[in-house]
Amino acid sequence: MNETRVIETNRGDRDDEQLPSSAVNSVFTTRGLTVYYGDFRAVGDVDLDIAEGEITAFIGPSGCGKSTILRCFNRMNDLIDSARVEGSLLYHDIDLYDDAVDPVAVRRRIGMVFQKPNPFPKSIFDNVAYGPRISGIRGSMDELVETSLRGAGLWDEVKDRLDKSALGLSGGQQQRLCIARAIAVSPDVLLMDEPCSALDPIATGIIEELMGEMKKDYTILIVTHNMQQAARVSDRTAFFTAEADEATGQRRGKLVEYDDTSVIFSNPADERTEAYITGRFG
Amino acid sequence: MSVKPAGRPDKPTLGSLQRSRSADVRGQVFLGLLLLAVTLAIGMVFAVLLSVIADGADVLSSRLWGFLSNPSSSDPVKAGVVQGIRGSLLIAAIVSVVAFPIGIGAAVYLEEYADGGPVTRTVEIAVRNLAGVPSIVYGLFGLAVFVNTLRGITGGSSVISGGLTLSLLVLPIVIITASEAIRAVPSSLSDGAYGLGATQWEVIRTQTLPSAMPGILTGSVLSIARALGEAAPLLVVGAAAFYTTGFQGFLDQFQGAFTALPMNVANFAKLPADQWAGHAAAASVVVLVVVFFINLVAIVARARITKRLGR
Repeated sequence: MNETRVIETNRGDRDDEQLPSSAVNSVFTTRGLTVYYGDFRAVGDVDLDIAEGEITAFIGPSGCGKSTILRCFNRMNDLIDSARVEGSLLYHDIDLYDDAVDPVAVRRRIGMVFQKPNPFPKSIFDNVAYGPRISGIRGSMDELVETSLRGAGLWDEVKDRLDKSALGLSGGQQQRLCIARAIAVSPDVLLMDEPCSALDPIATGIIEELMGEMKKDYTILIVTHNMQQAARVSDRTAFFTAEADEATGQRRGKLVEYDDTSVIFSNPADERTEAYITGRFG
Repeated sequence: MSVKPAGRPDKPTLGSLQRSRSADVRGQVFLGLLLLAVTLAIGMVFAVLLSVIADGADVLSSRLWGFLSNPSSSDPVKAGVVQGIRGSLLIAAIVSVVAFPIGIGAAVYLEEYADGGPVTRTVEIAVRNLAGVPSIVYGLFGLAVFVNTLRGITGGSSVISGGLTLSLLVLPIVIITASEAIRAVPSSLSDGAYGLGATQWEVIRTQTLPSAMPGILTGSVLSIARALGEAAPLLVVGAAAFYTTGFQGFLDQFQGAFTALPMNVANFAKLPADQWAGHAAAASVVVLVVVFFINLVAIVARARITKRLGR
């Protein structure tokens, strides 16, 4: 599942002077990425190289800032008035936080699946067609809707009730509908924020299997509380933690270690990572 | 410092698990008070309804059509409320056209665009206070602005002046109820739309407003009912107690003399009771029926929207 890679990506120590360049194309490159909520520094100094066509998992205890970092990648943090982002975040060598970059255009290329399934109160068909329609695509959507639903492994279950409300689907089906909705706009990247935390193990298994197939077409970033899930699906894993600041006592998130998933789960460099994955902490 | 654990509890007996009614006296008293409150509330509504219907039954049963279709008259047998019905319906239309778009627009701005800073909060507090201003004050404002200053447009004491005055009266209610309906839309919906690359305008148009629409409709209907029941501001603005409908040009329909159903009620009530018994009550029944039908339209509309949203 996780073939060993020749990429040296260990970010255990922030004091590395130069980051080794990735052997695979980087979709995202962050350096010193830091997010503030007002004066509160929620998570800071995150250096990551996200490889194309891979699944990267963010793990760590609650409050470590992994979801906050994830929401930087499609500028969803822009919607929170108090949020402020510092450091650099390159998407294919484009600074995502450049003044000239329109977050709306960013989000059409970088899709997102949320923690709680959030289908729109519309028909299944209209949910999938929503993104293409606001992107200005006109005409018959039948083929696009079918392809997207097939891509999310939902077509066979819903093909006879496309005009029925999406709210009548089960939780797992709703989440796959949200995935279909996200891939209907042909994104480059999918951000998944704890996509299975509201689902039962069977629905979770289906979505994990789906992610394995989707990585052919999309780069996937997933935040998960479930370490087994990270171990099962991801190629690389970033471990975040929250530590009390000496000066203020506030708990702030930081990136501890970023490496191949096999390394993180078998031979982590940092003892905090080891404590977390062996269940002694967090 | 810590409370010592009591250890394993004794084996349960049936008695220890039985409900002892006497122990929950306060709960029972509370429930009794709630029942009393509900009974009183419903009882009062029915008392009002029944007394109005009983008082008006004579007029309504003996000459219903004449009462509905005749204009005001000094003859109790001929007097009718058609002018009041016409005025009230025009007022409802003006309120719908003026107060709803402005009120809903203001609510969307306050909830979706305003920064939530001190200015926004001040405006919100001001709107809430305006909802509590006595209606007669709006009447005085309407007299000064719509009847006098803008006489050239409104024609003075006209249904336009009355409708605009009542639009102002209900505007805070529309803003408050629409704001609450918009705030109640789960952020997961707008997040989902933003996540697909929707602009703020697209999110508001395709998610926020449709989801908030049932709540907005409820508030709008309440405000129409409020507007249709007001007599005091119309009195100040100059609704006629009595006028004869001669030939009226199109503009005169809007700029000429007018009255409304609550004015009919008030006027009938002032007339000598020996000949005019029941007229005020009968006009009240007409107000209730008109409001009921407007409510019905809104309930049907809300049900259709809700169904379309699949909830």
